Amino acid sequence: RHEYSELHNRERRELFIRGTDLFGYVGIEAVLDQMRRKTMKSGFEFNIMVVGQSGLGKSTLVNTLFKSKVSRKSCTPNYEEKICKTVKLHSVSHMIEEKGVKMKLTVIDTPGFGDQINNENCWEPIVKYINEQYEKYLREELHVNRKRRIPDSRVHCCIYFLPATGHRLRPIDVEFMKRLGKIVSIVPVIAKADTLTIEERQEFKERIRQDLASNGICIYPQKEYDEDQEEHALNEKIRESIPFAVVGTDKEHQVNGNKVLGRKTKWGIIEVENVAHCEFSHLRDLLVRSHLQDLKEVTHNIHYETYRVRRLNESNVDFSVLGLTPWLLENGTADQSESQL
Amino acid sequence: HKSCMSEERRQGQDKGVRPLSLAGHVGFDSLPDQLVNKSICQGFCFNILCIGETGIGKSTLMDTLFNTNFENFESSHFEPQVKLRAQTYDLQESNVRLRLTVVNTVGFGDQMNKQESYQPVVDYIDRQFESYLQEELKIKRSLHNYHDSRVHACLYFISPSGHSLKSLDLVTMKKLDSKVNIIPVIAKADTISKSELHKFKIKIMSELVSNGVQIYQFPLDDETVAKVNTTMNGHLPFAVVGSTEEVSVGNKMVKARQYPWGVVQVENENHCDFVKLREMLICVNMEDLREQTHTRHYELYRRCKLEEMGFKDTDPECKPVSLQQTYEAKRQEFLVELQKREDEMRQMFVQRVKEKEAELKEAERELQSRFEHLKRIHADEKATLEEKKRLLDEDQSSFSKRRAAAQLLQAQSLTANGKKDKDRKK
Repeated sequence: RHEYSELHNRERRELFIRGTDLFGYVGIEAVLDQMRRKTMKSGFEFNIMVVGQSGLGKSTLVNTLFKSKVSRKSCTPNYEEKICKTVKLHSVSHMIEEKGVKMKLTVIDTPGFGDQINNENCWEPIVKYINEQYEKYLREELHVNRKRRIPDSRVHCCIYFLPATGHRLRPIDVEFMKRLGKIVSIVPVIAKADTLTIEERQEFKERIRQDLASNGICIYPQKEYDEDQEEHALNEKIRESIPFAVVGTDKEHQVNGNKVLGRKTKWGIIEVENVAHCEFSHLRDLLVRSHLQDLKEVTHNIHYETYRVRRLNESNVDFSVLGLTPWLLENGTADQSESQL
Repeated sequence: HKSCMSEERRQGQDKGVRPLSLAGHVGFDSLPDQLVNKSICQGFCFNILCIGETGIGKSTLMDTLFNTNFENFESSHFEPQVKLRAQTYDLQESNVRLRLTVVNTVGFGDQMNKQESYQPVVDYIDRQFESYLQEELKIKRSLHNYHDSRVHACLYFISPSGHSLKSLDLVTMKKLDSKVNIIPVIAKADTISKSELHKFKIKIMSELVSNGVQIYQFPLDDETVAKVNTTMNGHLPFAVVGSTEEVSVGNKMVKARQYPWGVVQVENENHCDFVKLREMLICVNMEDLREQTHTRHYELYRRCKLEEMGFKDTDPECKPVSLQQTYEAKRQEFLVELQKREDEMRQMFVQRVKEKEAELKEAERELQSRFEHLKRIHADEKATLEEKKRLLDEDQSSFSKRRAAAQLLQAQSLTANGKKDKDRKK
C-alpha cells in the first residue's frame, strides 16, 4: 500500500477538522505544500546593489548580512581600495543554501560613487545598469522561443549608504534617491552608526525622514503598494523606523560567555545583532526574513512594468493592433474592418 | 545547519557560480513560506474541462470531487452542435481560497455527424490562451491580477463499454494532447467487473500509445512524490464512480450508490479509483498541472501564434532580430495590407454607385417610355371620342331639323283641319 498516502491522509484528516468550509474533505490545502516543494527545487535569485562613498562599510555590511564573504573585496586577493576615476559597477554571484533552500545571490558594487571632486551625474552609470537589466529581461520575455525560466538579473534592492553626519541629507543623497527611487526599491541605511548616540541617531533619522518627504523621494516600502490592512500596519512600522542605523562586522567576540558578532573598541564591544546597540537585525529581518519575496515582486510587478510601458511606447510597439487585425484579415470579417475604416 | 557542499559545488560549476558556505543562520530559509503567504493572499485559480457524452456523469463527478453541489443542468440529447458551458465558483478550505472553473461539454457525442465535434473544444482552449496572450502583450498590463482562465486539466470521460476506445475518443484526444493536460477516466465504472476493468484499462492505454496520444503523466522529478506518482501512472485511466448521496455502511454515512445487490462506495479504493483521482488531481499535482499548462502548452500556443504573425527571433541569415525591426517590418506589411483593403473597398463602393446609377437611369427611361405610351393611347382615345361626338352632334342636329319639320307639318295639318271643320259647320 502507499505509505505516503496513508501518512498523508492521517495528517490531512486533522486539517480537515479545522477547516469545514467545504462539505467534507477535498484536499485543496495541499497545493501550498506542492508550491513550497516546487520553489525549493527551482531555487531563488536575489540581486542586491550597494551604493555609497568608499569607506562606508558597504562590503562589510553585505558580508554581515549573509554571514559569508560575499562581496567583491573578500573575493579578490590583495585587494587595494583605489579611488576609481569614474563609477564602475561590479557584480559578484554566489550560490548559498540554508535548510534546503538554494539562493543565487548577486551583489552589485558601485565603487567610485560620490568619491570624485565633481560628482555631478554620478548616478548615471547606475541608472544605466539598472535599465540594462530591465532591457535584458524584456528582450527575453519578448522572444518567440522563450526560456523556461528567464534569468533574472534585475536589481531587487538598492541599499543606499548615508554617512553618519548627524545633520541632514546632502545634495548628492537627494539627487540620487530622487532619481533612483523611481526605478528601483531603495533602502537607505545610516552607515557606521556607532559614531552616533541614541539621541543623535533619533534626531538624525527624523530629519532624514523629513527631507525624504519634502523632496518627494520614494523609498521602500511604498505606501501605495500596501495590499491589505495587515501589510499596511506592518509596513507603517517599518516606514517609521527607516533609515536603519547599522554597524557591520565579520568578527566574533566573547560577551557574557556567548559568541557574538561585534566591533571591539577600547570603550566596549558593539554587538551588531543586539537591537539595543544598532538596528542591523531590523535591516536583516526586513531584507531577508520577511520582505525578500516582496522586494522581488515589487521589482517585477511595478518597476519592471513601468520600464516596459515606457520602452514599448517609445518604440511605438502596440501588439494589440497587430494582434487582432491580421487574425481578422485572415478570417475576412468584413464588417469589423469596415468599421475600422 | 548543514551545507551540502558537494551538491552546491556541482550546481555552482554548472552555472559558473561559486558556492559559498554560511557562517551562521541568515534566515532566507523562510523564502518558500514568504512566497506561499503571498499566494494565499492572492488566492489560486484552477480550471477543469470535462469532456464526455451527455449523461456520462461529468457533473456528478465534479460535485463528488469538490464536495459541493454545483448548479447542474440536465442537458438534452438533441443539441445540434457541441457547446461548452463554463461556471466559476469560489471555494475555500481553511485559509486557501480557490477560484474553480468547471467547463463541461454539452451535447458531445449526440450528433449524427461527429466529425467536427472536437472543434468547439479546441476553440475554447485556444480562446483562453489567446486571452492570456493578449493580456501579456498589452502595454499596460496587470498579469498578477489577471483571472487565469486557461484550462489546467482535461478529464476525458470514456464510456464503460468494456471493449475499447471509440474513434471519437481517439480523434478528440489526439487533437487536444498538445494543448491541454489530458487525464482519461472511465466513467460509471460500477458497470464493469474487476477482471473486465483490468483488460479494458490495458486496451485503452495500448490504443492511446499506438495512436500517439500523449496523456498527462504524473511527474517523477520530485523525490517526495515520485514514488506515489509512479504507482498512480500505472493505474491510468482511473475508473471512477460519482455520487453525492450518502448511504449508511456499518456505522458511518458514506458517499455511495445503492443497488439491490449491494452498495458501491465512492471512497472505497476496492470499489473504484475515485480516491486516486482526487489524490492525484488535487492533493499531489494541482500545482504541476498549472505549471505544465503555463510553461508547456501556453508557450507552444504563443510560439505558434507569434510565428504565424510573422515574428521571428532570427532573420534568414540567422542573426538575432531586434524586436523593433520585426515590429516595424510587420507594421509596414500591415499598413500596406490595410491600404490595399481600403482601396479595394473604395473601388467596390464606386462600382456599386455606378451600378446603382445605371439602374436608376434604366428605371427612369422605362418610366418615360411608359408615359409616352400612355399619352399616345390617351390621344387616340380622345380622337375617337371626338369623332363620336361629332357624329352625335350631326345626328342631333339632323334630328332637330326633322323634328322641326314634323312639327310644322303637324301645325299646318291642324289649322287645315280646323278650317275644314269650320266650313262644314256652315
